[in-house]
Amino acid sequence: MTEQMVEIKGLTKLYRQGDVEVSALRGVDLQIAKGEFVAIVGPSGSGKSTLFNILGGLTPPTAGTVRLAGRDLLALSEGERTNLRKKTVGFVFQKYNLLPTLTAKENIDIARYIAGVNGETDAQFQETLKFLGLSSRLNHKPRAMSGGEQQRVAIARAIVNHPALLLADEPTGNLDTENSSLVLDLLRDLNRRLHQTIVMITHNPEAAAYADRIVHMRDGRIEPQPALL
Amino acid sequence: MVNQLVIENLKHRPVRTGLSILAIAFSVTLVLTIVGLSDGMLEESRDRARGAGADIVFRSPTASFGTGGGSAPLNQKLVPFLETQPHITMAAGVLIHSLQFPNSLHGIDLERSSRMAGGLRFIDGGPFQQESDIIVDEYYAREKKLKVGSKVALLNRDWTVRGIVESGKLGRMFVQLPVLQDLTSNPGRITQIYLKVDQPSNIAAVVADLKAKQPDYGVNTMEEVLSFFSADKIPQLGIFINVIVGISVAIGFVFVFLSMYTAVLERTREIGILKALGASPGFIVGILLRESLLLAFLGAITGIAFSFGTRYLFLAMIPASMQQKISPEWWPKALLIAMAGALLGTLYPGLKAAKQDAIEALSYD
Ligand SMILES: Nc1ncnc2c1ncn2[C@@H]1O[C@H](COP(=O)(O)OP(=O)(O)OP(=O)(O)O)[C@@H](O)[C@H]1O
Ligand SMILES: [Mg+2]
Repeated sequence: MTEQMVEIKGLTKLYRQGDVEVSALRGVDLQIAKGEFVAIVGPSGSGKSTLFNILGGLTPPTAGTVRLAGRDLLALSEGERTNLRKKTVGFVFQKYNLLPTLTAKENIDIARYIAGVNGETDAQFQETLKFLGLSSRLNHKPRAMSGGEQQRVAIARAIVNHPALLLADEPTGNLDTENSSLVLDLLRDLNRRLHQTIVMITHNPEAAAYADRIVHMRDGRIEPQPALL
Repeated sequence: MVNQLVIENLKHRPVRTGLSILAIAFSVTLVLTIVGLSDGMLEESRDRARGAGADIVFRSPTASFGTGGGSAPLNQKLVPFLETQPHITMAAGVLIHSLQFPNSLHGIDLERSSRMAGGLRFIDGGPFQQESDIIVDEYYAREKKLKVGSKVALLNRDWTVRGIVESGKLGRMFVQLPVLQDLTSNPGRITQIYLKVDQPSNIAAVVADLKAKQPDYGVNTMEEVLSFFSADKIPQLGIFINVIVGISVAIGFVFVFLSMYTAVLERTREIGILKALGASPGFIVGILLRESLLLAFLGAITGIAFSFGTRYLFLAMIPASMQQKISPEWWPKALLIAMAGALLGTLYPGLKAAKQDAIEALSYD
């Protein structure tokens, strides 16, 4: 049996807005193996981002079990979830989400600083930067970079601390075809070369095709796997 | 790394940063100017009192120093009497009539007072010639733009400036004693008497002797009189300064609060990003704190620089009314005041930022 990175059983999430309760996840069961590249697809409002937020420790689950790298997320305190974000997961968002006042390099450095890592980045990371095509853009601020470049910086930032799990929510949502395939190639390369476990949320079937496995969501549940052809 | 972020954040919004620094500078300048004025004016009064050249001041027990009052409780016949006392070489009576704060008009016997003060040094003009003559000091002349021959209206009368003397001796405006006695309906009466003693070592003995002979009067050495001209001897002044310090902390607080509050609102997304990267609430509050402390520091430095400017303005425009001293011992206090305002102002925005939900921040459009 392969080692599991993510084990989810009976996961539910209720959002409460005043008197109204929204059931974003209604019993999700999902397993993701170490080194796997999984795409999650599904219509708007099906709960993809909610799953992403729970996996990333950005919000606590309501019920169910979620084990990430062997740890039970339901049992984590606020501070422990902060620690999880520091070391165990890396985030890539649709809107790049770089700090606008810092340069590309500083954006990457601050993630290392927060994680308590000092000194020079390792050789492997330097190579990744080269591969990302960022070596010459490191001293630019986000304003001076294209969307594709910004998203590549965001990916570099997400993996600089070697997270167990890389989470990406619509990473190509704001990019043109050319930049999309650049970013997707990159994710697949990270997965192949470094065995980086990746969970990517996307609307785009072409993007999903880059993954090893596609998970379909609908109404807060995982759809049964379509029969293999 | 964090310092880099703090500095870049401040540079990112130059106008807000500049305004915050100016506001903090303003409150620091306010404190330094008020403190400088109270120190400066006291010191100037003290110097003028010292400049009278006397060793002992003889006055009515009800009189207070610093304010002349309009009172003339002493009979001027005391002057020749005191002069006959052992060791006293000279006595000079003055009538001090308070005008609009902080000025007063001194009625003097020019020859005696000048001799006691070691000579009033005339910069222009000379001694009294007529009853309506007035002698003013250089500061008053500069503030009121007076020259020898100018007319001044005081006590419902027109006076002619006869002479302009160097500042720092006795008072700013002098008229002849009998003239002022007449005008203020105090014929033959004076406010206080300055005494000169033959040798400094005899001063204490003379004071003791006078106290014994004239128990109804106040007799003080000049040293005692001078010690009254200090802020800690004047309780109201201390309260006043505390009020100004309080107002300054409040101004600093409000501006830092507004600045940091808008910064937190504006940076909702950035705070969310930092949280997603694993930054703790303490880390985020720490960034805001550093930012506001840096603002406070820059504001305090600017405020100190500005206080030299206000000093220059007072000196150029109203040297006779207001003298501002530069008091470097207040600089660290001013810095603390600015920091206190900044810390208070960051408290609420900081808590708000720390509590902010990362997901909502990141899904912001
Ligand atoms: N913070 C929140 N508070 C209340 N309801 C929320 C919140 N976040 C999401 N929801 C609700 O939960 C449900 C699932 O939302 P979610 O964002 O997970 O969907 P999604 O699959 O990511 O959609 P999209 O493809 O549009 O991004 C939706 O009905 C949404 O309105
Ligand atoms: Mg979504």
